[in-house]
Amino acid sequence: MKNCEYQQIDPRALGTSNTRTSTTLPCGRKNSQRLRRKWEVFPGNNRFYCDGRIMMGRQCGVLPLTIGLIFITSGLFFTFDCPFLVDRLTVFIPVIGGVLFVFVIMTLLQTSFTDPGILPRALPDEAVDIERQIDNSGSASYRPPPRTKEILINDQVVKLKYCFTCKMFRPPRTSHCSMCDNCVERFDHHCPWVGNCVGKRNYRFFYAFIVSLSFLTSFIFGCVITHLTLSKFPNICILNPSCTVAELVICFFSIWSILGLSGFHTYLVASNLTTNEDIKGSWSSKRGEESGNPYTYNNIFTNCCVVLCGPIPPSLIDRRGFLPPDDAPQTVTSDTELPPFMSKNDANMCTQGTKELLQSMALSTVIQSTCTPGTPKTAPVTQESLLRTVSITVSPPNRPPSTGCSGHQAQRPIDVSCSQKGNKRSAHHTHKPMLRVSSPPYSLSHSPLILSDGPDMGFIPLN
Amino acid sequence: MSSAPRTATERTKLPYCHESFHNLQELRHSASLANKVFIQRDYTDGTVCKFQTKFPSELDSRIERTLFEDTVKTLNNYYAEAEKIGGQSYLEGCLACLTVYLIFLCIETRYEKVLKKISRYIQEQNEKVYAPRGLLITDPIERGMRVIEISVYEDRGSSGSSSGSSTTSSSGR
Repeated sequence: MKNCEYQQIDPRALGTSNTRTSTTLPCGRKNSQRLRRKWEVFPGNNRFYCDGRIMMGRQCGVLPLTIGLIFITSGLFFTFDCPFLVDRLTVFIPVIGGVLFVFVIMTLLQTSFTDPGILPRALPDEAVDIERQIDNSGSASYRPPPRTKEILINDQVVKLKYCFTCKMFRPPRTSHCSMCDNCVERFDHHCPWVGNCVGKRNYRFFYAFIVSLSFLTSFIFGCVITHLTLSKFPNICILNPSCTVAELVICFFSIWSILGLSGFHTYLVASNLTTNEDIKGSWSSKRGEESGNPYTYNNIFTNCCVVLCGPIPPSLIDRRGFLPPDDAPQTVTSDTELPPFMSKNDANMCTQGTKELLQSMALSTVIQSTCTPGTPKTAPVTQESLLRTVSITVSPPNRPPSTGCSGHQAQRPIDVSCSQKGNKRSAHHTHKPMLRVSSPPYSLSHSPLILSDGPDMGFIPLN
Repeated sequence: MSSAPRTATERTKLPYCHESFHNLQELRHSASLANKVFIQRDYTDGTVCKFQTKFPSELDSRIERTLFEDTVKTLNNYYAEAEKIGGQSYLEGCLACLTVYLIFLCIETRYEKVLKKISRYIQEQNEKVYAPRGLLITDPIERGMRVIEISVYEDRGSSGSSSGSSTTSSSGR
């Protein structure tokens, strides 16, 4: 060979980067354009703070209410109950309360601000490759790609659904959250109380949060009852009775829901299930087939260890990584290579997709006339598929209301939200009609991104 | 028009001669991207990260089957090591829980360490095996662990090499 003088491949020239954060800036770049980070062009409905270090869902939901309730109740407890109880009982009461309070707040913030396991969307060339693979029969008419693919996991048939928004077959246990508009791995549910999805990477924080919160509310409730009981003998006035009563009321109502939720999630952890799977009854024996959860280790202890203490994969969206500069000359691959985020400058994917759709429709007649004669199949494809996407994008996307712990389907009814507060039995009866994939309204509007990019790329979708 | 063919049918007509790329620098300067091959995930063992070892037909004339399978199998082993559930991962998990998960700010988890090993391995494989054959592997972490992307390059006709002339004739089509 081959004197292998390895030199770091310049990501701008090839459109790929070997390091996750391309910190090697080129010397001799002509314009001093600020390099943008990937979080700035992230297509999902997420908010980013501290230059991409912190992320959460678009709607914070009732997170401020959650934090407020915890602070107020704990504040009242420390102010009004602790002095009395330290006198009468022991100094450890505020210590234990303090430790629990800190634990609750830390785990809550970690649940809210951690990437739940979002899968980045497929790049256009990947999406094209998938479409080509699943439609290799070469028929002349355009067919939308089949929505499911069946695979075998531990001798159990599992259906993988095709996500039209993210342009990929979702891995097992992955679900698309309609609130955040992302596919999330091991999707549990979208929790408005923490303002974020709960998925693979932050489930253990969520579980720690609800367990510690149940301990905290029970502890405060117990201390308040003790305070009220002890202060009747010998008839000493409570420092501020209304505050104590307020704490009592808040704790009483929280305890039922939080304890119920903790119990439910302990059951899920022990059987290695997600809320999504449990609500949908994916592995229940009610379906009449021999179906069991293929992911369980059939041992409660192992399941708990795996779910709570297993390794956390790093965030896949690399939000603090730098984008390749927009004006990348790409002298080598200008015709065929598309920079990953070239078409995604607009934060709102829907408007961008519609704009490009209209532009591409205007161009499509020109494209067809200049297409090489070797591709008769693509010409009618482009036109017909554009027409289909136009007819579908006219209907506005169905966004679900922001209240309720809804699952990934947009039409999930509101009373499913009660399931997260302990009434999981009612949820079992309400999930059935909502199982159909509701992706067309909001996700097919994204398909123009492929079609309009077609002329720029070396490979045009063949159907 | 650039040398890269615009449709899949045209690409299949490329003469896949073995262009000799001596190093990645040469690849960068003289090559143009012809095609991308995607190796998908293999979910038969559950949600663990594992890629299919099936040899894609597009690489038939570019690289030996055994080399390719070795690379994918080694990557699969690395990922299995990262996601292994055992004593060390439990220790990490319990320690993290006790410190309210703040320990993740200070130490690097085993997963991250293995990912670094993987990217070093991929760089080494690119240098030694793939770049001389005009191929380039992209680290799966860049693609959200969905696929292993292999970029197939064709020589754009570097002056003086015999293979260059044949590709310039093909690019003239």
